Amino acid sequence: MNGQSTRSEPHIEVRGLCVAYDSFVIMRDLNFTIGRGDVFIIMGASGCGKSTLLKVLVGLKRPSAGQVLYGPVSFWDASPKERDAVMRRAGILYQSGALWSSMTLAENVALPLEQYTKLGKAEIRELVAYKMALVGLAGFADYYPSEISGGMRKRAGLARALALDPEIVFFDEPSAGLDPVSAKLLDDLIIELSQSLGTTIVIVTHELASIFAIGTNAIYLDVQTHTMTATGNPTEMLKTCTDPTVIQFLTRGGTEQSGQSERSGHVHTGE
Amino acid sequence: MSSVPPPSITLERPEPGRLHLIVGGNWALGTSPDAAEAHAALSAGCSVLVLSARNLCDWDSSLVIFLIGVVRRAREGKADVDQSGLPAGLNRLIALASAVPEREGAARPPAQSSFLERFGAAVLRLPQNGGAVLEFIGEVTLSVLRLLLGRANFRLQDFWLLLQQTGASALPIVSLISLLLGLILAFVGAVQLRVFGAQIYVASLVAIAMVRVMGAVMTGIAMSGRTGASYAAMLGTMQVNEEVDALVTLGIPPVDFLVLPRMLALVIMLPLLTIYADLMGILGGYIVGVAVLDLNPMEYLTATKEALSLTNVWIGLVHSVIFGVVIALSGCFHGMRCGRSASSVGNATTAAVVSGIIGIITTTAVITVMCEVIGV
Repeated sequence: MNGQSTRSEPHIEVRGLCVAYDSFVIMRDLNFTIGRGDVFIIMGASGCGKSTLLKVLVGLKRPSAGQVLYGPVSFWDASPKERDAVMRRAGILYQSGALWSSMTLAENVALPLEQYTKLGKAEIRELVAYKMALVGLAGFADYYPSEISGGMRKRAGLARALALDPEIVFFDEPSAGLDPVSAKLLDDLIIELSQSLGTTIVIVTHELASIFAIGTNAIYLDVQTHTMTATGNPTEMLKTCTDPTVIQFLTRGGTEQSGQSERSGHVHTGE
Repeated sequence: MSSVPPPSITLERPEPGRLHLIVGGNWALGTSPDAAEAHAALSAGCSVLVLSARNLCDWDSSLVIFLIGVVRRAREGKADVDQSGLPAGLNRLIALASAVPEREGAARPPAQSSFLERFGAAVLRLPQNGGAVLEFIGEVTLSVLRLLLGRANFRLQDFWLLLQQTGASALPIVSLISLLLGLILAFVGAVQLRVFGAQIYVASLVAIAMVRVMGAVMTGIAMSGRTGASYAAMLGTMQVNEEVDALVTLGIPPVDFLVLPRMLALVIMLPLLTIYADLMGILGGYIVGVAVLDLNPMEYLTATKEALSLTNVWIGLVHSVIFGVVIALSGCFHGMRCGRSASSVGNATTAAVVSGIIGIITTTAVITVMCEVIGV
């Protein structure tokens, strides 16, 4: 495969993965590596199985074949206890935030801490306040998820995902349903996380602006052939890939060729 | 704009094999002219169809549909179609509608199956559903074991709230139902007992019926509609919002966190509510006995006391504990199995209440037969 990321050791390795609902195969023969500290994008047209692949990576759906390796641990061959241990070092931001609606935002962020740490009440309160401030929600601790806007819900979900200082954070369509400015702010937050904490980031998205702005590595899932047809840095992919569907996807059906490459070029000179 | 010209279709045959179709007037949905003549003319055969507009005012989808039909018909008859006389916007819409051909195999065949087929499919699903129920019961049992070992994983805060919701908040409806049930039992009994001059036995009839089985059954049915439905709807909505997924990925077993506190709350509260319902039912009987049948109040109470034995109370409580488990299991089972849409939450709630009530009635029957066999 072309343009493989040259970052440090691999964080997640996917080998020969095949995902199916009953007899309906969604994805087959997936092989890719997510390096430590990568901002890894899983992209593809709607309905290509991006979110399903994410479910396999986080332990919500068992693959029909193949392996997901978290370091030395083969995720789906491990016992449920070992899987829990792996997931304890991961945070997930669900598409709709998936905050527990019967709890306040503070209680939502505190639950992982209460579960997995022996911290006292005061320390937890302090940590929760810090995480909420990190995502720009200071002062909203006692609000219920139904009382805040969709963008705030996503940020609160991120605060919860970050509660246990995860080594890897998964995002399911982070910018879906957000206005361009909020989406940009979330992107900035993601870059900040990856650079200041060294967190590995895995994002499922089809938002071109985000893909080029923050992605350091990516795979493209093709809806027709039910497998991955391209991998590598998205900007490189646009230059070197020969698959017409990938190019079409990355250029919005060919309408944004010049503008897009210019913009992504800017981002890269800035890095 | 005072008078709107009606839509019109004009057919002209300037020479054999050549058909001119001219549309005009104001086309609006619901007022389209009869197209039969045009279709008849097309069926008669023509080699060239010329479409044009004359005095055409406003038009909407009705005109587009009509023209698409005509064009398709003409093409099927191998005729050439000349659309150049139509307004450009109309031509673009016609082109757009025929640009993407219907996708092969995308249209679903109409779902028609005979009664036997559907019956067979339902029977074939039985083992699968039964397996799912057993699996769920197994998970809940493991979770109860974890609770007994002190390792279960739920928030006490949630549990207190659930206790209040299933207990105190249910008092009004339980009061109403059991009071009226007591009244009804007393009235129905009185009609028969009066014939023998044995009105005083209304007291024992009401007391034994309420305490032994009716109090528990009516409370169970009320709670199945109230609490079982709310469990299913709440857990179902949590499934839709991915809240359950968020628990799973955090390593918190959803059965511990969501199902266990709900089941505990019902198992604790239902017996208490049942005792309360028993008392309300006896009060209902007392009202009828004293006010309608002119029985002596003290006499009524004494008769009630004599009729009641502790065995009856225990049997009623056994009923209610089992009902608590049944209602909580059916509510939570259907909620946890809920799909990802609003309609599946509705289905889950319906299924929870229906299976809860069926469960209550069948367990009552089983317990009654068992009591009969062991002679209590």
